Amino acid sequence: MSAADKVDPIHQFQLTELFHIEFGGVNLSFTNSSLFMVVTAVVAAAFLYFATSSRALVPGRGQSVAEMSYDFVANMLRDGAGSHGMKFFPLVFSLFMFVLVANLLGMVPYFFTITSHIIVTFALALLVIGVVVVYGFYKHGLHFLNVFVPSGIPIVILPLVVAIEVISFLSRPISLSVRLFANMLAGHITLKVFAGFVVSLGSLGAIGVAGAVLPLLMAVALTGLEFLVAFLQAYVFAVLTCMYLNDALHPGH
Amino acid sequence: MFVTSAFAASTEAGAQDAHAAGTEVPAHAGGHEGAFPPFNPQYFGSQILWLAIAFGIFYLIISRAVAPRIGAILEDRQDRIARDLDEASRMKAESDAAVAAFEKELADARVKAGGIAAEAAAAVKAEAEKERAAVEASVSEKLAAAEKHIASIKSAALAEVGSIAEETVTEIVRQVVGVELTSAEAAAAVKSAAGN
Repeated sequence: MSAADKVDPIHQFQLTELFHIEFGGVNLSFTNSSLFMVVTAVVAAAFLYFATSSRALVPGRGQSVAEMSYDFVANMLRDGAGSHGMKFFPLVFSLFMFVLVANLLGMVPYFFTITSHIIVTFALALLVIGVVVVYGFYKHGLHFLNVFVPSGIPIVILPLVVAIEVISFLSRPISLSVRLFANMLAGHITLKVFAGFVVSLGSLGAIGVAGAVLPLLMAVALTGLEFLVAFLQAYVFAVLTCMYLNDALHPGH
Repeated sequence: MFVTSAFAASTEAGAQDAHAAGTEVPAHAGGHEGAFPPFNPQYFGSQILWLAIAFGIFYLIISRAVAPRIGAILEDRQDRIARDLDEASRMKAESDAAVAAFEKELADARVKAGGIAAEAAAAVKAEAEKERAAVEASVSEKLAAAEKHIASIKSAALAEVGSIAEETVTEIVRQVVGVELTSAEAAAAVKSAAGN
């Protein structure tokens, strides 16, 4: 790899095949992204599993964090979807932990950020909406369609409201996935651009090194911001999941 | 280097597929060069498959092992805290009852002590009263006896006075007048003189 690759802010999103697998004409290769999906799942599961393996009455540091994340998601779900929503706790907890760990692992230099690919976040969003739709129709039958009919609306503007509700429902998987994807993508590109400035300016001699201080400070500050965004986007993803599940549980507004 | 070799492999595969599956794979492979990687559909299938595998296994671990375990830990702690609070409130109630019992006993003891003191005082008073009454009775008895004695002595003396007067009258009359008075006459004379 040349120096140009290092400064190229898009290069970090490049997929590379580690094992080439092809099935029925579709490329199903095990890529660097696949590797980090597995790493994310293993890190998150191993942390939660081993941190709580002692089942201590007075928790240690790791167990505290595991319990805190559990409580955090449980409260989120209870607030968002009521106590009936707790049957979806494993799903929301898995989504939150998976996205959070994926985002945080993406902050490690040279690590691949799986949530910076729209297809990954879109698949997760489709999973959420799929669960909402399937559970909604399974539990309420055609009454699930009440989700598009807010109560207390005059009959005159009802068609318009229903149309808006349908569009809003259909845009949910898009907004849910694009929000997470765009945040991670933009954050990583910005980081890379500012870090690239440091490298480019640094190679220009003494004045360049002095000038590189500013983008360096920027890169440091952005790194902090990106950690916040990594957590925040996982939180937003989980909160919106809770709200959408609430529609499946209580379709009448 | 690895990227290029993998790319070569995929284009090779694409070239092979081109015979069977038409232009689809080569079209993807062709888009690989300039496309923005997150939007490059070449690996969409791979991304979805491996995400499904990784997230599916992760979900199974969470829903089967981790979530029930953390839930159990938190529930145990909740139960333990509730139990300890119950125990504490029970102990507090017990100690309150003990304090109340102690205070009641103290009050009882005080009342009892007061009763005993009053009883003792009453007994002592009664004893003193009785003794005083006995002493008074004996004194008044002795007084009465003495009075009686005095009266008898007095009456005896008075009777003695009468007979002395009679004897004196009889003697005087005999010596002066020479007449012997009978005792009855002397008594009558003395009586009449005493009546004056």
